[in-house]
Amino acid sequence: MARRVVVRGARTFLAHAPGLVRYGSKPARDLARHEDLWPALAARLRPFAAAAAYPPHRVFLGALHPDDLARIPRPWFGVERAPAGAPDDARGPHGYLVPEEALYGLMKADDEFDLLWLTESFAAQARARLSLHPLAEPADVERVGQGKPERAIAARLGEPGALPLFLRDGRLVGCMQRAHEEDPSLAADVLLENLATKTTAGMALRTLVADGLAEPATVEYVLNAGEEAVGDRYQRGGGNLGKAVAERAGCLDASGADVKAFCCGPVAALVVAGALVAAGVFDRVAVVAGASLAKLGMKYHGHLATGHPVIEDVLAGIAALVTRDDGRSPVLRLDAVGRHPVAAAGSQQAILEALAVKPLEGLGLRLGDVDKFATELHNPEATEPAGSGDVPRLNYRMLAALAAGRKEIARDEIEAWVAARGMPGFAPTQGHIASAVPFLAHAVDGLVARRLRRVMLLAKGSLFLGRMTQMSDGLSLLLEANEG
Amino acid sequence: MDLRGRQVIAIGERDGVPGPALARCAELAGAEVILQMTHCFV
Repeated sequence: MARRVVVRGARTFLAHAPGLVRYGSKPARDLARHEDLWPALAARLRPFAAAAAYPPHRVFLGALHPDDLARIPRPWFGVERAPAGAPDDARGPHGYLVPEEALYGLMKADDEFDLLWLTESFAAQARARLSLHPLAEPADVERVGQGKPERAIAARLGEPGALPLFLRDGRLVGCMQRAHEEDPSLAADVLLENLATKTTAGMALRTLVADGLAEPATVEYVLNAGEEAVGDRYQRGGGNLGKAVAERAGCLDASGADVKAFCCGPVAALVVAGALVAAGVFDRVAVVAGASLAKLGMKYHGHLATGHPVIEDVLAGIAALVTRDDGRSPVLRLDAVGRHPVAAAGSQQAILEALAVKPLEGLGLRLGDVDKFATELHNPEATEPAGSGDVPRLNYRMLAALAAGRKEIARDEIEAWVAARGMPGFAPTQGHIASAVPFLAHAVDGLVARRLRRVMLLAKGSLFLGRMTQMSDGLSLLLEANEG
Repeated sequence: MDLRGRQVIAIGERDGVPGPALARCAELAGAEVILQMTHCFV
Protein backbone atom coordinates (compact mmCIF):
# COMPACT_ATOMS: atom_id res chain seq x y z
CA MET A 1 0.00 0.00 0.00
CA ALA A 2 1.27 3.46 -0.88
CA ARG A 3 2.56 5.58 1.96
CA ARG A 4 0.65 8.63 3.13
CA VAL A 5 2.18 11.87 1.96
CA VAL A 6 2.07 15.34 3.49
CA VAL A 7 2.98 18.87 2.53
CA ARG A 8 5.34 19.85 5.31
CA GLY A 9 5.28 23.54 4.48
CA ALA A 10 5.36 26.16 1.78
CA ARG A 11 7.07 29.51 1.42
CA THR A 12 6.91 32.43 -0.99
CA PHE A 13 9.29 35.10 -2.24
CA LEU A 14 8.82 38.46 -3.93
CA ALA A 15 11.40 40.72 -5.50
CA HIS A 16 10.44 44.27 -6.37
CA ALA A 17 11.73 44.75 -9.92
CA PRO A 18 10.55 48.09 -11.35
CA GLY A 19 13.81 48.52 -13.24
CA LEU A 20 13.17 45.26 -15.10
CA VAL A 21 9.60 46.13 -16.13
CA ARG A 22 10.99 47.43 -19.43
CA TYR A 23 12.06 43.83 -20.20
CA GLY A 24 8.62 42.35 -19.68
CA SER A 25 7.40 41.04 -23.03
CA LYS A 26 4.65 43.62 -23.57
CA PRO A 27 6.62 46.71 -22.50
CA ALA A 28 9.69 45.52 -24.43
CA ARG A 29 7.70 45.06 -27.62
CA ASP A 30 5.95 48.39 -27.26
CA LEU A 31 9.15 50.25 -26.35
CA ALA A 32 10.89 48.82 -29.41
CA ARG A 33 8.23 50.52 -31.52
CA HIS A 34 7.71 53.66 -29.44
CA GLU A 35 10.73 54.62 -27.37
CA ASP A 36 8.96 57.80 -26.30
CA LEU A 37 6.54 55.67 -24.30
CA TRP A 38 9.10 55.18 -21.56
CA PRO A 39 8.68 58.40 -19.53
CA ALA A 40 4.94 57.76 -19.03
CA LEU A 41 5.61 54.18 -17.99
CA ALA A 42 8.53 55.08 -15.74
CA ALA A 43 6.44 57.71 -13.96
CA ARG A 44 4.04 54.98 -12.80
CA LEU A 45 6.66 52.60 -11.38
CA ARG A 46 6.13 52.25 -7.64
CA PRO A 47 8.76 52.83 -4.98
CA PHE A 48 9.66 49.88 -2.76
CA ALA A 49 7.63 51.14 0.21
CA ALA A 50 4.46 51.16 -1.90
CA ALA A 51 5.12 47.63 -3.14
CA ALA A 52 5.74 46.50 0.46
CA ALA A 53 2.51 48.06 1.71
CA TYR A 54 0.43 46.76 -1.20
CA PRO A 55 -2.18 44.47 0.37
CA PRO A 56 -2.10 41.73 -2.31
CA HIS A 57 1.67 41.41 -1.82
CA ARG A 58 1.16 41.17 1.93
CA VAL A 59 -1.32 38.35 1.37
CA PHE A 60 1.17 36.59 -0.90
CA LEU A 61 3.74 36.81 1.90
CA GLY A 62 1.30 35.72 4.61
CA ALA A 63 1.05 39.01 6.49
CA LEU A 64 -2.64 39.13 5.61
CA HIS A 65 -5.08 36.29 4.93
CA PRO A 66 -6.96 36.35 1.61
CA ASP A 67 -10.19 36.77 3.60
CA ASP A 68 -8.70 39.97 5.08
CA LEU A 69 -8.12 41.28 1.58
CA ALA A 70 -11.81 40.86 0.76
CA ARG A 71 -12.55 43.41 3.50
CA ILE A 72 -10.06 46.04 2.26
CA PRO A 73 -11.77 48.51 -0.09
CA ARG A 74 -10.23 49.03 -3.49
CA PRO A 75 -8.15 50.50 -4.92
CA TRP A 76 -5.65 48.44 -2.98
CA PHE A 77 -2.79 50.44 -4.42
CA GLY A 78 -4.18 53.37 -2.47
CA VAL A 79 -3.06 51.67 0.75
CA GLU A 80 0.21 53.47 1.33
CA ARG A 81 1.16 51.95 4.64
CA ALA A 82 0.67 48.73 6.51
CA PRO A 83 -1.49 49.08 9.61
CA ALA A 84 0.34 49.73 12.86
CA GLY A 85 1.46 46.60 14.63
CA ALA A 86 1.59 44.57 11.40
CA PRO A 87 4.62 42.39 10.81
CA ASP A 88 7.63 43.85 9.06
CA ASP A 89 6.54 44.69 5.54
CA ALA A 90 9.61 43.16 4.00
CA ARG A 91 8.97 39.84 5.73
CA GLY A 92 5.59 38.21 6.03
CA PRO A 93 5.09 34.91 7.84
CA HIS A 94 5.48 33.08 4.53
CA GLY A 95 8.30 34.97 2.88
CA TYR A 96 10.36 38.02 2.03
CA LEU A 97 10.00 40.92 -0.33
CA VAL A 98 13.37 42.30 -1.40
CA PRO A 99 14.13 45.60 -3.16
CA GLU A 100 15.63 45.66 -6.64
CA GLU A 101 19.12 46.41 -5.35
CA ALA A 102 19.06 43.11 -3.44
CA LEU A 103 17.49 41.30 -6.41
CA TYR A 104 20.35 42.28 -8.73
CA GLY A 105 22.83 41.21 -6.04
CA LEU A 106 21.13 37.85 -5.63
CA MET A 107 21.00 37.33 -9.40
CA LYS A 108 24.71 38.11 -9.61
CA ALA A 109 25.39 35.62 -6.81
CA ASP A 110 23.45 33.01 -8.82
CA ASP A 111 25.27 33.81 -12.09
CA GLU A 112 27.63 30.88 -12.68
CA PHE A 113 28.94 32.11 -16.03
CA ASP A 114 29.74 35.76 -15.29
CA LEU A 115 27.17 36.98 -17.77
CA LEU A 116 25.60 39.58 -15.50
CA TRP A 117 27.97 42.47 -14.94
CA LEU A 118 27.36 45.11 -12.29
CA THR A 119 29.15 48.43 -12.15
CA GLU A 120 31.73 48.76 -9.40
CA SER A 121 29.72 51.38 -7.56
CA PHE A 122 26.49 49.40 -7.74
CA ALA A 123 28.19 46.12 -6.80
CA ALA A 124 29.26 47.80 -3.55
CA GLN A 125 25.69 48.95 -2.98
CA ALA A 126 24.29 45.50 -3.76
CA ARG A 127 26.78 43.84 -1.40
CA ALA A 128 25.81 46.24 1.38
CA ARG A 129 22.13 45.64 0.74
CA LEU A 130 22.54 41.87 0.63
CA SER A 131 24.64 41.74 3.78
CA LEU A 132 21.60 43.09 5.65
CA HIS A 133 19.35 40.30 4.43
CA PRO A 134 18.75 37.40 6.81
CA LEU A 135 18.85 34.82 4.02
CA ALA A 136 22.06 36.04 2.41
CA GLU A 137 25.14 34.10 3.44
CA PRO A 138 28.57 35.77 3.48
CA ALA A 139 29.37 33.60 0.44
CA ASP A 140 26.48 35.19 -1.44
CA VAL A 141 27.81 38.66 -0.69
CA GLU A 142 31.25 37.55 -1.85
CA ARG A 143 29.82 36.12 -5.08
CA VAL A 144 28.45 39.56 -5.98
CA GLY A 145 32.10 40.50 -6.47
CA GLN A 146 33.68 43.88 -6.96
CA GLY A 147 31.86 44.73 -10.17
CA LYS A 148 33.27 45.95 -13.46
CA PRO A 149 34.50 49.40 -14.45
CA GLU A 150 31.76 51.49 -15.99
CA ARG A 151 33.79 51.86 -19.19
CA ALA A 152 33.93 48.07 -19.54
CA ILE A 153 30.17 47.86 -19.23
CA ALA A 154 29.75 50.74 -21.67
CA ALA A 155 31.98 48.89 -24.11
CA ARG A 156 29.88 45.74 -23.83
CA LEU A 157 26.73 47.74 -24.34
CA GLY A 158 28.29 49.22 -27.47
CA GLU A 159 28.48 45.74 -28.96
CA PRO A 160 25.50 43.68 -30.11
CA GLY A 161 23.81 41.30 -27.71
CA ALA A 162 24.03 42.98 -24.30
CA LEU A 163 21.11 44.45 -22.37
CA PRO A 164 21.55 47.42 -20.04
CA LEU A 165 20.23 46.95 -16.51
CA PHE A 166 18.60 49.86 -14.71
CA LEU A 167 17.06 50.73 -11.37
CA ARG A 168 13.61 52.26 -11.11
CA ASP A 169 15.15 55.73 -11.11
CA GLY A 170 16.85 55.09 -14.45
CA ARG A 171 20.35 54.64 -13.07
CA LEU A 172 22.47 52.24 -15.16
CA VAL A 173 23.79 49.53 -12.82
CA GLY A 174 25.12 46.88 -15.19
CA CYS A 175 24.41 44.70 -18.17
CA MET A 176 23.31 41.20 -19.08
CA GLN A 177 25.29 39.52 -21.83
CA ARG A 178 24.48 36.82 -24.30
CA ALA A 179 26.33 33.53 -24.03
CA HIS A 180 26.58 32.80 -27.75
CA GLU A 181 26.68 34.98 -30.82
CA GLU A 182 24.29 32.92 -32.91
CA ASP A 183 22.07 31.15 -30.38
CA PRO A 184 18.71 32.79 -29.69
CA SER A 185 18.22 30.43 -26.73
CA LEU A 186 21.28 31.98 -25.08
CA ALA A 187 20.45 35.59 -25.91
CA ALA A 188 20.75 38.14 -23.12
CA ASP A 189 17.00 38.59 -22.67
CA VAL A 190 16.43 34.82 -22.42
CA LEU A 191 19.27 34.38 -19.94
CA LEU A 192 18.05 37.33 -17.87
CA GLU A 193 14.63 35.70 -17.69
CA ASN A 194 16.07 32.32 -16.71
CA LEU A 195 18.39 33.79 -14.11
CA ALA A 196 15.50 35.71 -12.52
CA THR A 197 13.54 32.47 -12.36
CA LYS A 198 16.45 30.61 -10.77
CA THR A 199 16.99 33.32 -8.16
CA THR A 200 13.35 33.69 -7.14
CA ALA A 201 12.73 29.94 -6.96
CA GLY A 202 15.95 29.51 -5.01
CA MET A 203 15.07 32.23 -2.51
CA ALA A 204 11.69 30.64 -1.84
CA LEU A 205 13.43 27.34 -1.15
CA ARG A 206 16.00 29.03 1.06
CA THR A 207 13.16 30.62 3.04
CA LEU A 208 11.65 27.17 3.53
CA VAL A 209 15.02 26.01 4.87
CA ALA A 210 15.56 29.07 7.06
CA ASP A 211 12.13 28.59 8.63
CA GLY A 212 12.97 25.02 9.61
CA LEU A 213 10.51 23.45 7.19
CA ALA A 214 13.19 21.74 5.11
CA GLU A 215 16.63 20.42 5.98
CA PRO A 216 18.77 20.89 2.87
CA ALA A 217 20.94 17.86 3.50
CA THR A 218 17.89 15.58 3.54
CA VAL A 219 16.11 16.86 0.42
CA GLU A 220 16.54 14.20 -2.23
CA TYR A 221 14.87 15.72 -5.27
CA VAL A 222 13.89 19.21 -6.40
CA LEU A 223 11.15 19.58 -8.98
CA ASN A 224 11.06 22.93 -10.75
CA ALA A 225 7.61 23.78 -12.06
CA GLY A 226 8.30 27.11 -13.77
CA GLU A 227 7.52 27.67 -17.42
CA GLU A 228 10.79 29.25 -18.52
CA ALA A 229 12.79 27.51 -21.24
CA VAL A 230 16.33 26.81 -20.03
CA GLY A 231 18.53 25.32 -22.70
CA ASP A 232 20.53 26.11 -25.81
CA ARG A 233 19.86 25.95 -29.52
CA TYR A 234 19.94 22.17 -29.62
CA GLN A 235 17.58 21.67 -26.67
CA ARG A 236 15.52 24.78 -26.17
CA GLY A 237 13.69 24.30 -22.90
CA GLY A 238 15.84 21.28 -22.00
CA GLY A 239 15.45 22.37 -18.44
CA ASN A 240 16.45 20.96 -15.08
CA LEU A 241 16.44 24.27 -13.37
CA GLY A 242 15.39 22.11 -10.42
CA LYS A 243 18.92 20.88 -9.91
CA ALA A 244 20.38 24.36 -10.42
CA VAL A 245 18.11 25.64 -7.64
CA ALA A 246 19.03 22.69 -5.42
CA GLU A 247 22.71 23.56 -5.81
CA ARG A 248 22.25 27.17 -4.71
CA ALA A 249 19.94 26.20 -1.84
CA GLY A 250 22.57 23.87 -0.41
CA CYS A 251 20.61 20.67 -1.14
CA LEU A 252 23.85 18.85 -1.89
CA ASP A 253 22.40 15.36 -1.77
CA ALA A 254 19.57 16.24 -4.14
CA SER A 255 19.12 15.95 -7.85
CA GLY A 256 16.17 17.35 -9.71
CA ALA A 257 14.07 17.72 -12.81
CA ASP A 258 11.51 20.08 -14.28
CA VAL A 259 7.78 19.47 -14.62
CA LYS A 260 6.25 21.47 -17.46
CA ALA A 261 2.50 21.97 -17.74
CA PHE A 262 2.05 25.69 -18.41
CA CYS A 263 0.31 27.36 -15.46
CA CYS A 264 -0.69 24.09 -13.80
CA GLY A 265 2.97 23.04 -13.59
CA PRO A 266 3.23 23.62 -9.82
CA VAL A 267 0.13 21.54 -9.03
CA ALA A 268 1.41 18.86 -11.43
CA ALA A 269 4.78 18.93 -9.68
CA LEU A 270 3.12 18.57 -6.27
CA VAL A 271 1.28 15.50 -7.56
CA VAL A 272 4.49 14.03 -9.00
CA ALA A 273 6.36 14.82 -5.78
CA GLY A 274 3.62 13.15 -3.78
CA ALA A 275 3.73 10.08 -5.99
CA LEU A 276 7.53 9.82 -5.68
CA VAL A 277 7.26 9.91 -1.89
CA ALA A 278 4.24 7.59 -1.74
CA ALA A 279 6.04 5.04 -3.90
CA GLY A 280 9.10 5.17 -1.66
CA VAL A 281 11.40 6.47 -4.40
CA PHE A 282 12.33 9.49 -2.25
CA ASP A 283 11.36 10.62 1.24
CA ARG A 284 11.61 14.37 0.75
CA VAL A 285 10.92 16.17 -2.49
CA ALA A 286 10.94 19.95 -2.84
CA VAL A 287 8.74 21.66 -5.43
CA VAL A 288 9.90 25.08 -6.57
CA ALA A 289 8.69 27.62 -9.11
CA GLY A 290 10.34 30.89 -9.97
CA ALA A 291 9.35 34.14 -11.56
CA SER A 292 8.02 34.92 -15.00
CA LEU A 293 10.02 38.00 -15.98
CA ALA A 294 8.22 38.13 -19.33
CA LYS A 295 5.00 39.02 -17.51
CA LEU A 296 6.35 42.16 -15.84
CA GLY A 297 4.22 45.07 -16.97
CA MET A 298 1.99 42.76 -19.02
CA LYS A 299 -1.13 44.91 -18.48
CA TYR A 300 0.67 48.24 -18.11
CA HIS A 301 -1.34 49.97 -20.83
CA GLY A 302 -4.52 49.43 -18.85
CA HIS A 303 -2.85 50.68 -15.69
CA LEU A 304 -1.63 53.84 -17.39
CA ALA A 305 -5.03 54.47 -18.92
CA THR A 306 -6.85 54.21 -15.59
CA GLY A 307 -4.50 56.00 -13.22
CA HIS A 308 -3.09 52.85 -11.66
CA PRO A 309 0.57 52.40 -10.90
CA VAL A 310 2.23 49.62 -12.90
CA ILE A 311 0.89 46.78 -10.74
CA GLU A 312 3.02 44.03 -12.31
CA ASP A 313 6.33 45.15 -10.84
CA VAL A 314 7.31 42.12 -8.78
CA LEU A 315 8.94 38.79 -9.54
CA ALA A 316 7.66 35.88 -7.46
CA GLY A 317 8.78 32.46 -6.31
CA ILE A 318 7.23 29.58 -4.40
CA ALA A 319 8.65 26.48 -2.71
CA ALA A 320 7.08 23.57 -0.86
CA LEU A 321 8.33 20.36 0.70
CA VAL A 322 6.51 17.05 0.24
CA THR A 323 7.41 14.28 2.69
CA ARG A 324 6.22 11.04 4.29
CA ASP A 325 3.44 11.39 6.83
CA ASP A 326 4.64 13.16 9.96
CA GLY A 327 1.30 12.87 11.76
CA ARG A 328 0.84 16.63 11.73
CA SER A 329 1.15 18.26 8.32
CA PRO A 330 -1.70 18.33 5.79
CA VAL A 331 -2.24 15.12 3.87
CA LEU A 332 -1.92 15.24 0.08
CA ARG A 333 -4.74 12.96 -1.09
CA LEU A 334 -3.19 11.13 -4.01
CA ASP A 335 -6.40 9.15 -4.34
CA ALA A 336 -8.27 12.33 -5.27
CA VAL A 337 -6.22 13.97 -7.99
CA GLY A 338 -8.50 15.58 -10.53
CA ARG A 339 -7.42 15.67 -14.15
CA HIS A 340 -8.92 17.00 -17.36
CA PRO A 341 -8.65 14.13 -19.82
CA VAL A 342 -8.17 14.54 -23.56
CA ALA A 343 -11.62 13.18 -24.28
CA ALA A 344 -13.37 15.66 -21.97
CA ALA A 345 -15.05 18.71 -23.40
CA GLY A 346 -13.23 22.03 -23.18
CA SER A 347 -16.03 24.11 -21.68
CA GLN A 348 -15.44 25.65 -18.27
CA GLN A 349 -18.22 23.50 -16.84
CA ALA A 350 -16.61 20.33 -18.18
CA ILE A 351 -13.17 21.33 -16.92
CA LEU A 352 -14.39 22.15 -13.42
CA GLU A 353 -16.50 19.00 -13.22
CA ALA A 354 -13.43 16.95 -14.10
CA LEU A 355 -11.18 18.81 -11.69
CA ALA A 356 -13.47 19.44 -8.73
CA VAL A 357 -16.60 17.28 -8.80
CA LYS A 358 -15.24 13.96 -10.01
CA PRO A 359 -12.35 13.52 -7.53
CA LEU A 360 -14.61 14.51 -4.63
CA GLU A 361 -17.30 12.08 -5.77
CA GLY A 362 -14.67 9.35 -5.71
CA LEU A 363 -14.26 9.99 -1.99
CA GLY A 364 -17.99 10.28 -1.39
CA LEU A 365 -17.68 14.03 -0.86
CA ARG A 366 -19.50 17.05 -2.20
CA LEU A 367 -18.20 20.47 -3.25
CA GLY A 368 -19.47 21.79 0.07
CA ASP A 369 -17.13 19.44 1.93
CA VAL A 370 -14.18 21.56 0.78
CA ASP A 371 -13.61 24.62 2.97
CA LYS A 372 -11.50 26.59 0.49
CA PHE A 373 -10.88 26.25 -3.22
CA ALA A 374 -7.70 27.83 -4.54
CA THR A 375 -8.00 28.39 -8.26
CA GLU A 376 -6.54 31.02 -10.59
CA LEU A 377 -5.60 33.69 -8.06
CA HIS A 378 -4.56 36.57 -10.27
CA ASN A 379 -4.90 39.97 -8.64
CA PRO A 380 -7.93 41.61 -10.29
CA GLU A 381 -6.36 45.02 -9.79
CA ALA A 382 -3.76 43.92 -12.34
CA THR A 383 -6.18 42.41 -14.85
CA GLU A 384 -9.38 44.49 -14.72
CA PRO A 385 -7.91 47.80 -15.96
CA ALA A 386 -6.79 45.98 -19.11
CA GLY A 387 -10.20 44.45 -19.72
CA SER A 388 -9.25 40.95 -18.63
CA GLY A 389 -11.83 40.78 -15.85
CA ASP A 390 -11.66 39.25 -12.40
CA VAL A 391 -10.38 35.79 -13.25
CA PRO A 392 -10.67 34.23 -9.76
CA ARG A 393 -14.24 35.46 -9.43
CA LEU A 394 -15.16 33.98 -12.81
CA ASN A 395 -13.86 30.61 -11.68
CA TYR A 396 -15.51 30.76 -8.26
CA ARG A 397 -18.86 31.71 -9.73
CA MET A 398 -18.63 28.76 -12.09
CA LEU A 399 -17.80 26.43 -9.19
CA ALA A 400 -20.71 27.83 -7.19
CA ALA A 401 -22.99 27.39 -10.20
CA LEU A 402 -21.92 23.74 -10.32
CA ALA A 403 -22.81 23.42 -6.63
CA ALA A 404 -26.21 25.00 -7.38
CA GLY A 405 -26.72 22.73 -10.37
CA ARG A 406 -26.04 19.74 -8.12
CA LYS A 407 -28.60 21.04 -5.60
CA GLU A 408 -25.95 21.52 -2.94
CA ILE A 409 -26.99 25.15 -2.61
CA ALA A 410 -29.84 27.34 -3.80
CA ARG A 411 -29.22 29.80 -6.62
CA ASP A 412 -29.51 32.75 -4.26
CA GLU A 413 -26.72 31.28 -2.14
CA ILE A 414 -24.14 31.53 -4.92
CA GLU A 415 -22.61 34.81 -3.74
CA ALA A 416 -22.30 33.60 -0.14
CA TRP A 417 -20.74 30.34 -1.36
CA VAL A 418 -18.18 32.28 -3.42
CA ALA A 419 -17.33 34.48 -0.43
CA ALA A 420 -16.96 31.55 1.95
CA ARG A 421 -15.16 28.99 -0.19
CA GLY A 422 -13.37 31.30 -2.59
CA MET A 423 -11.07 34.24 -2.06
CA PRO A 424 -10.11 37.43 -3.84
CA GLY A 425 -7.21 37.19 -6.26
CA PHE A 426 -3.97 38.42 -4.76
CA ALA A 427 -1.18 36.84 -6.77
CA PRO A 428 1.05 38.76 -9.16
CA THR A 429 0.23 37.81 -12.76
CA GLN A 430 3.30 35.60 -12.90
CA GLY A 431 1.85 32.71 -14.93
CA HIS A 432 2.24 29.43 -13.06
CA ILE A 433 2.86 31.31 -9.82
CA ALA A 434 -0.71 32.62 -9.76
CA SER A 435 -2.32 29.28 -10.37
CA ALA A 436 -3.70 27.90 -7.06
CA VAL A 437 -0.32 27.55 -5.30
CA PRO A 438 -0.18 31.07 -3.80
CA PHE A 439 -2.71 29.79 -1.25
CA LEU A 440 -0.62 26.73 -0.37
CA ALA A 441 1.20 28.26 2.61
CA HIS A 442 -2.10 29.69 3.91
CA ALA A 443 -3.69 26.27 3.40
CA VAL A 444 -0.99 24.52 5.41
CA ASP A 445 -1.44 27.07 8.24
CA GLY A 446 -5.21 26.64 8.29
CA LEU A 447 -5.15 22.85 8.03
CA VAL A 448 -2.53 22.45 10.76
CA ALA A 449 -4.47 24.83 13.03
CA ARG A 450 -7.70 22.95 12.18
CA ARG A 451 -9.38 26.12 10.99
CA LEU A 452 -9.79 24.23 7.73
CA ARG A 453 -10.57 20.57 7.08
CA ARG A 454 -10.08 20.39 3.34
CA VAL A 455 -8.55 22.61 0.69
CA MET A 456 -8.57 21.97 -3.04
CA LEU A 457 -5.89 23.42 -5.30
CA LEU A 458 -7.27 23.68 -8.80
CA ALA A 459 -5.05 24.87 -11.64
CA LYS A 460 -5.56 25.39 -15.35
CA GLY A 461 -3.03 25.49 -18.15
CA SER A 462 -3.28 27.12 -21.57
CA LEU A 463 -1.69 24.47 -23.73
CA PHE A 464 -2.97 26.11 -26.90
CA LEU A 465 -0.49 28.96 -26.43
CA GLY A 466 2.31 26.70 -27.67
CA ARG A 467 0.37 25.94 -30.88
CA MET A 468 0.77 22.17 -30.55
CA THR A 469 -2.85 21.52 -29.59
CA GLN A 470 -6.09 23.45 -29.31
CA MET A 471 -6.64 22.00 -25.85
CA SER A 472 -6.33 23.53 -22.44
CA ASP A 473 -5.59 21.47 -19.36
CA GLY A 474 -6.14 21.35 -15.66
CA LEU A 475 -5.17 19.45 -12.56
CA SER A 476 -6.41 19.51 -8.99
CA LEU A 477 -5.31 18.13 -5.68
CA LEU A 478 -6.95 17.84 -2.31
CA LEU A 479 -5.27 18.62 1.00
CA GLU A 480 -6.77 17.41 4.27
CA ALA A 481 -6.05 18.14 7.91
CA ASN A 482 -3.93 15.32 9.33
CA GLU A 483 -5.94 13.27 11.78
CA GLY A 484 -2.76 11.54 12.97
CA MET B 1 -29.38 33.84 -34.72
CA ASP B 2 -28.88 33.71 -38.47
CA LEU B 3 -25.29 34.29 -39.55
CA ARG B 4 -25.62 32.96 -43.09
CA GLY B 5 -23.48 34.96 -45.48
CA ARG B 6 -21.41 36.37 -42.62
CA GLN B 7 -17.76 35.83 -41.82
CA VAL B 8 -16.79 35.39 -38.19
CA ILE B 9 -13.61 35.77 -36.19
CA ALA B 10 -14.04 33.72 -32.99
CA ILE B 11 -11.71 34.64 -30.15
CA GLY B 12 -12.23 32.51 -27.06
CA GLU B 13 -10.84 32.82 -23.57
CA ARG B 14 -9.13 30.27 -21.34
CA ASP B 15 -11.30 31.18 -18.35
CA GLY B 16 -14.41 31.74 -20.42
CA VAL B 17 -15.69 30.16 -23.63
CA PRO B 18 -12.96 28.48 -25.71
CA GLY B 19 -12.44 29.45 -29.37
CA PRO B 20 -13.49 26.12 -30.91
CA ALA B 21 -16.82 26.27 -29.04
CA LEU B 22 -17.47 29.81 -30.29
CA ALA B 23 -16.54 28.76 -33.82
CA ARG B 24 -18.88 25.77 -33.70
CA CYS B 25 -21.78 27.95 -32.57
CA ALA B 26 -21.09 30.43 -35.35
CA GLU B 27 -20.92 27.65 -37.93
CA LEU B 28 -24.20 26.18 -36.73
CA ALA B 29 -25.71 29.62 -37.23
CA GLY B 30 -24.52 29.56 -40.84
CA ALA B 31 -21.38 31.69 -40.58
CA GLU B 32 -18.06 31.11 -42.27
CA VAL B 33 -15.45 31.10 -39.53
CA ILE B 34 -12.32 32.65 -41.02
CA LEU B 35 -10.26 32.61 -37.83
CA GLN B 36 -10.70 30.99 -34.45
CA MET B 37 -8.33 30.98 -31.54
CA THR B 38 -8.29 30.81 -27.78
CA HIS B 39 -6.37 33.31 -25.72
CA CYS B 40 -5.18 33.33 -22.16
CA PHE B 41 -5.56 36.86 -20.83
CA VAL B 42 -3.51 36.30 -17.72
